Amino acid sequence: MDELLGQTEDTDFVVTGLDGSRTRADRFVSLSFRVMIRRTASIVAALTGAAFLLAAAPVFAVQDAPNKKLKIVSSLPQTGSANAQTTSIVNGIKMAIEERGAMVDGFKIEFEAMDDASPQKGNWDGQIESANAKRAIADPAVVGYIGTYNSGAAKISMPLLNKAGLVMVSPGNTAAGLTKPGLGEPNEPAVYRPSGKVSYFRVVPADDIQGAVACEFCRNDLKATKVFILHDRELYGKGIADVFKKTAESTGVEVVGFEGIDAKASNYRSLVTKIRAAAPDVVFFGGTTQTNAAQVLKDLRAGGAKIPFVSPDGTFEKAFIEAAGKDSVTKEQGGVYITFGGVPSEMLTGIGAKFVKSYQAKYGEIPEAYAVYGYEAGCVLLDAIDRAETKDRAAIIAAVAATKDFNGALGTWSFDENGDTSIRTMSINTIEDGAFKFVRTAGGAAKAK
Amino acid sequence: MQQSVAAAEFLAACALSRVDAVGAFARDGLLSSQEVFTQQLVTGLSNGMIIALIAIGYTMVYGIIELINFAHGDLCMLGAYFALTVVGALGVDQWAGTGGIMGLVMVLVGTAAFCGSLNWSINRLAYRPLRKASKLSLLVSAIGASFILVNLGLFWGGLPMDVFADGTSSAAPKAFPALVSAAPAAQIGDVIYSRTDLLVLCVTLPLMVALTYLVRFTKLGKAMRAVAQNPTGASLMGIDVERVIGASFFIGGSLGGFATVVYSLYNQTVSFQMGYRMGMDAFIAAVLGGIGNLPGAVLGGILIGVIRSMSDGYLEARWTNTVVFGILILILVFRPSGLLGAKLREKV
Repeated sequence: MDELLGQTEDTDFVVTGLDGSRTRADRFVSLSFRVMIRRTASIVAALTGAAFLLAAAPVFAVQDAPNKKLKIVSSLPQTGSANAQTTSIVNGIKMAIEERGAMVDGFKIEFEAMDDASPQKGNWDGQIESANAKRAIADPAVVGYIGTYNSGAAKISMPLLNKAGLVMVSPGNTAAGLTKPGLGEPNEPAVYRPSGKVSYFRVVPADDIQGAVACEFCRNDLKATKVFILHDRELYGKGIADVFKKTAESTGVEVVGFEGIDAKASNYRSLVTKIRAAAPDVVFFGGTTQTNAAQVLKDLRAGGAKIPFVSPDGTFEKAFIEAAGKDSVTKEQGGVYITFGGVPSEMLTGIGAKFVKSYQAKYGEIPEAYAVYGYEAGCVLLDAIDRAETKDRAAIIAAVAATKDFNGALGTWSFDENGDTSIRTMSINTIEDGAFKFVRTAGGAAKAK
Repeated sequence: MQQSVAAAEFLAACALSRVDAVGAFARDGLLSSQEVFTQQLVTGLSNGMIIALIAIGYTMVYGIIELINFAHGDLCMLGAYFALTVVGALGVDQWAGTGGIMGLVMVLVGTAAFCGSLNWSINRLAYRPLRKASKLSLLVSAIGASFILVNLGLFWGGLPMDVFADGTSSAAPKAFPALVSAAPAAQIGDVIYSRTDLLVLCVTLPLMVALTYLVRFTKLGKAMRAVAQNPTGASLMGIDVERVIGASFFIGGSLGGFATVVYSLYNQTVSFQMGYRMGMDAFIAAVLGGIGNLPGAVLGGILIGVIRSMSDGYLEARWTNTVVFGILILILVFRPSGLLGAKLREKV
């Protein structure tokens, strides 16, 4: 435990900075925590001796345990329609841990899956995401944070985790501004890195590639000359819609409309009339299943707009097909095309194919598209923990950042200086007979670093 | 003027009724500005009629016991789950012909009865014991009832049925089968009058007429008006006040039940969270029209629907809520009791 935190004094609740040092504020917090715990403990002891042992146990158990333990947590929206997708991500992480027998370099690996959604929203909730991040930071055994699924949620936990010096690996965030300077808001990504160092990494290619690929597909394959762009006004949805718009304008595709929707509206019939009046060849929706993608599609069809509907990976999950119903997704109705940062599970090769096979054997179904990213995030984190000399948070960040030519389920890839993967392969998918169907890959092979 | 043109066109469309699917984007797909306006008006009217039907339930309860029944929207949400369960159990895919109309009527009446009874029971269990308590306790009780209903919906969505995707994700939105196809019932120029638009009209109009008759010309209606005016006086005249209150809860709830089936067939999606938006829209409609006033609720509902639609169509969608609430505030500033509301008594 001591070498884990990189210090020798007694520790119960200590927040260490990036370099393992403790600031004044940290010391004060830690002191008051200790006073609090002691007071509580003595009151409890006065009541019953047994209760005292129980209350004190968590404080000392870690120090005295003969097995050295490290903990990895995940924070994904598991209440709401993303549940099927995120459960398969969690399964992927668990499989990565199990493959190593839950042991890395003599340390026992524990895992806890946290939920960052609330039933009120049925979607990610900023308050819960922030609470999850703080809980992970406060637990000294935690050395890795796998999440989030939604880019908007990442925006909240990234600065918290960065400040605390805890590594974050995302299996699902694709908003470009999270890592890449110049593609999002002017203050991005510096605003997510208060410590000035990169501590956030993602195994999925970002939307600057996805949005461009989606637009290129509309222009070349769907022969679109006019597009109508909708978005859900969230970081992810608006971000990818912006990229799509920029690409369209620079490649001579006319943007006949660009509008943010009310994700809670009961229907979008009046918007559809507006779209019909603009007569586009394609409608692009930057958003997710949770921000009403299926309702937009249904209303397009109900309003008689039989044109292709193109949406990004936030709709690449079974829940989208279920919510859209079987009639609105057919080719006769115009067709639905979904871009995805990578290839679907069935198209994976090598280690990826092996993963899909063992996932099927274990859980009895083909994993959702993002499961392999959960697995990859788990693998790359464990690999970094393995390589790290000392098992403290700072050393693990350095080890993750040094990941080079990692041979994983997605191929051989590296993290660049922003924390992005070198993989640039995208795929275009459609829906046939109530299931996703692979159309083609796009976006090019891994960029040599 | 344009409104009357649209109305005439709509009636013509109803008369034509089943002209079969005319291809979308006929006439090279370019709508004239007149056609765009008419289409937006049709959309607004359809959405508005549904809101109006729900708003009646709000305003009736308010008119009689001066309670803003916050559980009303969530009651409608549960009604949608009930309808989806029935449809799933029957295993029907598409309704066509006489059998289809029979099925539709059965689901409508069944859901109305379900919502009516539920609303009656909520009154019996949660509101009636508080009749003598302060209005605020009643309001808190209504908010509590709303929470219970939302969580019932969350639970219901997890039932292992086909229509709930085998209950794998209880909070996910559920696709409501397109039993009444959204295909155009008629198309005039490029303005599409869909079958679902027709459905909204065919369900809501007769109900509003029936309700007007009930309130104006029947004994129960007379008793309801009497209780609304003065409960003590009414009871002195030998009116069973509790029975009348119970009846209004039942009627308001069943109108919500009708509305929710139409809503589900129109939008083809139900979710345990939809009650919030339904209730909010209906509440604004009721306030706009003058809460406690039945024609006011209908007027308010239709206005909200049309304003939403026009704002989506001619401004940007993200301004729609701002526009709706802005208009509400303006109207309340100049007519604090709403468009058709009577002079306010002391209210919550």
